[in-house]
Amino acid sequence: MLIDIHNLKKEFKTGEVVTKVLHGLSFVIGEGEFVAIMGPSGSGKSTLMHILGLLDRPSSGSYTLAGREVSTLSDNELAGFRNEKIGFVFQAFNLLPRTTVLENVKLPLTYAAAKVDMDKRAKEVLSSVGLSHRLHHYTNQISGGEKQRVAIARALVNRPSVIFADEPTGNLDSKSGIQIMEILQKLNDAGNTIILVTHETYTAEHAKRIIEVRDGLLTRDHKILKRRFAHEGEILK
Amino acid sequence: MFSQYIQVVKTAVIALLSNKGRSFLTMLGIIIGVGAVIVIMAVGAGAQSLILNQVKSLGTNLIGIIPGYSEEDGPPASVMGIVITTLTYDDALALKEKKNVPNIEDVVAYYKGIGTLNWSSNSYDTNLNGCSSGYIAVEGGELESGRFFTEEENRSLTKVVVLGSTVKEELFGESEAVGQRIKVKTHMFEVIGVMAGRGTVAMQDYDDQVFIPLKTMQKVMAGVNHVSMIRAKIDHEDNTARALEDIKITLRERHEINDKSGKSDDFTVRSAAQALDMITTVTNALKYFLAAMAALSLLVGGIGIMNIMLVAVTERTREIGLRKAVGAKTADILSQFLFEAVTVTSIGGLFGIVGGTLLSYLIALVAKFLGYDWAFAVSLSSVVLAVGVSMLVGLIFGLYPARKASRLEPVEALRYE
Repeated sequence: MLIDIHNLKKEFKTGEVVTKVLHGLSFVIGEGEFVAIMGPSGSGKSTLMHILGLLDRPSSGSYTLAGREVSTLSDNELAGFRNEKIGFVFQAFNLLPRTTVLENVKLPLTYAAAKVDMDKRAKEVLSSVGLSHRLHHYTNQISGGEKQRVAIARALVNRPSVIFADEPTGNLDSKSGIQIMEILQKLNDAGNTIILVTHETYTAEHAKRIIEVRDGLLTRDHKILKRRFAHEGEILK
Repeated sequence: MFSQYIQVVKTAVIALLSNKGRSFLTMLGIIIGVGAVIVIMAVGAGAQSLILNQVKSLGTNLIGIIPGYSEEDGPPASVMGIVITTLTYDDALALKEKKNVPNIEDVVAYYKGIGTLNWSSNSYDTNLNGCSSGYIAVEGGELESGRFFTEEENRSLTKVVVLGSTVKEELFGESEAVGQRIKVKTHMFEVIGVMAGRGTVAMQDYDDQVFIPLKTMQKVMAGVNHVSMIRAKIDHEDNTARALEDIKITLRERHEINDKSGKSDDFTVRSAAQALDMITTVTNALKYFLAAMAALSLLVGGIGIMNIMLVAVTERTREIGLRKAVGAKTADILSQFLFEAVTVTSIGGLFGIVGGTLLSYLIALVAKFLGYDWAFAVSLSSVVLAVGVSMLVGLIFGLYPARKASRLEPVEALRYE
């Protein structure tokens, strides 16, 4: 199993007040899956994604990623794991300002231990998301949809084991949103494991499996019977 | 690994260029600090060489003897206001004898005071320089008119006086001075000569004084028997060490001092070379003190750097979060911000060096224009020091903001609005 969490709990302390966010979640995600984590805001789905993406630590419970127990790793080991195993796509794109598309995509490689031809690798993934013509544009010179495609290229560039997409279509118009979902589906078809976090059922139905979270508990985990396929002309709503 | 450094440099340059005005203002503190250090070191070195050259122009083959014991490099006892009466004119005459100190060419003994001169309705306060007839032979100087007094006039307590050029100007104006009678304190003296102007050399005004025979000064004016200083001119600078020893031996013998270690001496002998060393020490101390004062402004500049880096860390919180999300380690973020701080201070330091050098050159030009023998010298050491210190300031004051950046939690940083 790629991801295996057991009785995962998370609570935040603000002074004396303890807020419990995750009340003990357990599930497994295998390689090549396309899972949507769904839930309304405040359900704990973002916290869950942060923990799964190694941006945050669970308060208790176990988390095994690619065969390795990661809940006890040091900050630097976590950074290395994020670099090698995980790609992120954020709702707000989070691209570096005043920097070219190519430089943005190369960013994870500059922190990687292994040496690769960074330019070649970055150009490859940019071409796979259809942005070969935008290599030397600055990130403020391209459209929102293109920005998110740059972010996807950046997530892919170090060949991660899993890609986390946190509301990737949230800041996009419907047409760009469909393009992004199409790319994610194609990536999944090519064998990439994708975990999509969203509050929209419609978007979630582009995945193959939905894990529903409510009030910090897993309420439903099911396969999607009528899966949606993103294509030109479809309206995302 | 190498490409990572390029990335760090690129990021730093982008960050600095994206806020050009702010970067420049931040640098200003460092520019001024480094510039001030450079200027002060250069001007200090120029002034120092000026003083040293002047002292050298007086002759490096001079030896001074003052009453009282003093430490090797310490100040003479007379500076403390203690009057020591052990040194006499007979000592000076004994030194001049070839059998005692063969290297001495001539000696002059002094007893100095101050007093008011009167001529006609004019009156002028000046230094009374009681000296023996060897003055010009030892100290140099030229007569404008008339003559200097002789040893016979000295011995017979003659009331004659030679005027410095400033004194002549003040008392007589354009009138002829030689042959006139003037009142020195309460005694009438005959003016027998006027010295040519020599200016101020090594902080001593050669023109604002009158020369009176030593004996006349001692017996008639002051009523004392001792001298305040003896100056001896030796045949060559290379013989200084030997002459110094001979002088000490002669004086110990005359003063019946048996202790050969020098600890019991009631006199101090110093060569011009030693005086030069002392002047160098003093002026160096002054120079470095002033440079340290200027370096204080670097501290202020460093605080400015810290302030602006803290602002930058806050502004770039999301960027830091993203970098951490894609695998940047604590050390990566730390070195990124440290590098940016050091870049700001280093560039500031370079500007400061250029500005300071230009200003020093300008000062040297003005000094030369005013007729000083001024050397323009920006030493390599001060440049290296300035660059080193400005980089260090960047490191020290960049450390706190950089640490703050590197310790941000990735989740918190990504969420930051």
